[in-house]
Amino acid sequence: MQEILKETSNPQLSLKLLEQVKLLAADYIKKYGRRPAFMEVCGSHTMALARTGIKKALLEHVRLISGPGCPVCVTDQKSIDAMIQLSEGDNQIICTFGDMIRVPGSKHSLMKVKTEGKDVRVVYSPLDAVEIAKKYPDKEVIFLGIGFETTIPVLVVALKMAEELGIRNFSMWFSTKLVEPILRSLLESGEVELDGFLLPGHVSVVIGKDSYQYLVNEYKMPGVIAGFESVEILSSIYKLIKLQLDNDINIINDYRSMVTDQGNPVALALMDKYLEPVDEAWREIGVIKNSGLDLKKEYDYLNAKVRFPVEVREPRKTKCRCGEIIRGLISPEECSLFAKACTPLHPVGPCMVSGEGTCAAHYQYMRED
Amino acid sequence: MCVGVPAKVLERDEYTAVVDVLGSKVTVGVIMVSDVKVNDYVLVHAGQALAIVDEEFALVSMEEWRKLADARDS
Ligand code: SF4
Repeated sequence: MQEILKETSNPQLSLKLLEQVKLLAADYIKKYGRRPAFMEVCGSHTMALARTGIKKALLEHVRLISGPGCPVCVTDQKSIDAMIQLSEGDNQIICTFGDMIRVPGSKHSLMKVKTEGKDVRVVYSPLDAVEIAKKYPDKEVIFLGIGFETTIPVLVVALKMAEELGIRNFSMWFSTKLVEPILRSLLESGEVELDGFLLPGHVSVVIGKDSYQYLVNEYKMPGVIAGFESVEILSSIYKLIKLQLDNDINIINDYRSMVTDQGNPVALALMDKYLEPVDEAWREIGVIKNSGLDLKKEYDYLNAKVRFPVEVREPRKTKCRCGEIIRGLISPEECSLFAKACTPLHPVGPCMVSGEGTCAAHYQYMRED
Repeated sequence: MCVGVPAKVLERDEYTAVVDVLGSKVTVGVIMVSDVKVNDYVLVHAGQALAIVDEEFALVSMEEWRKLADARDS
C-alpha cells in the first residue's frame, strides 16, 4: 500500500501523464476550436492544482476554473458576522477549525476577538471541543460548525458524543453547505460555460458516486470523482477530456480506492438522524433552498443558534470580489486588490485567508514574479 | 477543509483506533468504519476515519496510471 500511496505523487509519472493530458487536449482543441473547461468544486483540489503546478502547466491546454469549494469562502458575510458577534459573549469558549479564525468580519475577525481577551480556540476535531466542555462544566462551549459533506458527519459524531455523555454545556452553530444545490444553482445560472466537473473526492466518500447522476440526467454534464495527488488529478482531467471527446456524458469514479457507489452509510444515517435540510445563504449568490443542514428541532439543546441567538446588521459592501471568484466568473488576478491591498497577511476577503481559497492558492503558487 | 489523509491502523478499540499518520501516532474515531481492522488504511478527516482504503482498487488505479503514462508517445 505504501508503494501505491507514493506513486500518487511520483514526479516522473506525473510528467508523463501531463504530456498525455496535453495530447488529448490538443485533440479536443482541434475538434472544438477551444480549450476544454472544467471546474473543480473542492478547496483541496483548488490548492492541489496550484501547489502541484498542474494549473499553470495546463494553462494553454485546459481551462481549469475554481468553483465554490472552500467552505469559509462560500459562507455569506452575514453568517460570518454572526459567528464573530457570538464569540464576543461572556462565560463561553468558542471552538473553531483554523480556517475561520482570520476571516474578516464587517467589524473585525475572530482573531481580534481572541486577542481582546475572549476565549476562542482552534481545534483539530470537533470532538476536542466536547472534551473542553467536559473539562469546563461551568462554561458554555460552542463549536462553529462550517463545512461540506466531508465534515458534516464529523460534526454529528461530536453531537452524538455530547448527547451520550449528557454534556449540557456543549452546542454547535451550524453553517454547513451541500454540494448538489450549489452545482445545480451554478448550472442553472448559465453564467459559466463548462464541459465537466472535477468532483470532490472526499465529499464523495460520504455521499457516493450515484448521488451525482442528476448531472448527467438533468444537465448533460459529465463529472469525474478525483483524488488529490498530482497523478490522481491528472488521470481525472484526462478522463474528463476523453468523456467529452467520445461524447460519453457520464460520471466516472476515479477514486475507487476511497469512494463507493452509495457513499458511507453510517455517515449518511448519522446526518439523517440529527439534521434536516435548511435554506442557506451563499456569499453574494443569495439563499439557495435546502442547500445546507441544521439540527432538527428535537436537538434544540445542542443548537447554538437557538440557545444564543444574535442579531446582526446587513454587512456593508466591500471591493472584495470573492462572490465572483467562487462562481468561477473571474480569476483572482482580475480583482484590483489582489496581491496589493489584499495578501495572506492582510486579507480583505475569505478567499485570501483560507488555506483552500482560490486567491490564497494563486497568491502562493501562481503569481508572475 | 475537506482535506483527508490516509493512515495505517496500528491498534483498534470499539470506537477509536490508533493510526500512523505520516509517522506520528494519532487516535481517531472509527464509528463510521466499523469493519476496520489492524493494518488497514483509512482516510482520516478532522479526527474521524471516513473510509477504509480498498487496496484492490488502489492497485488497479496504479496499473491504470502506468498504462496511461505510456499510452501515446509524445
Ligand atoms: S484578492 Fe482579496 S479582495 Fe480580491 S477577491 Fe480575493 S480575497 Fe477578495
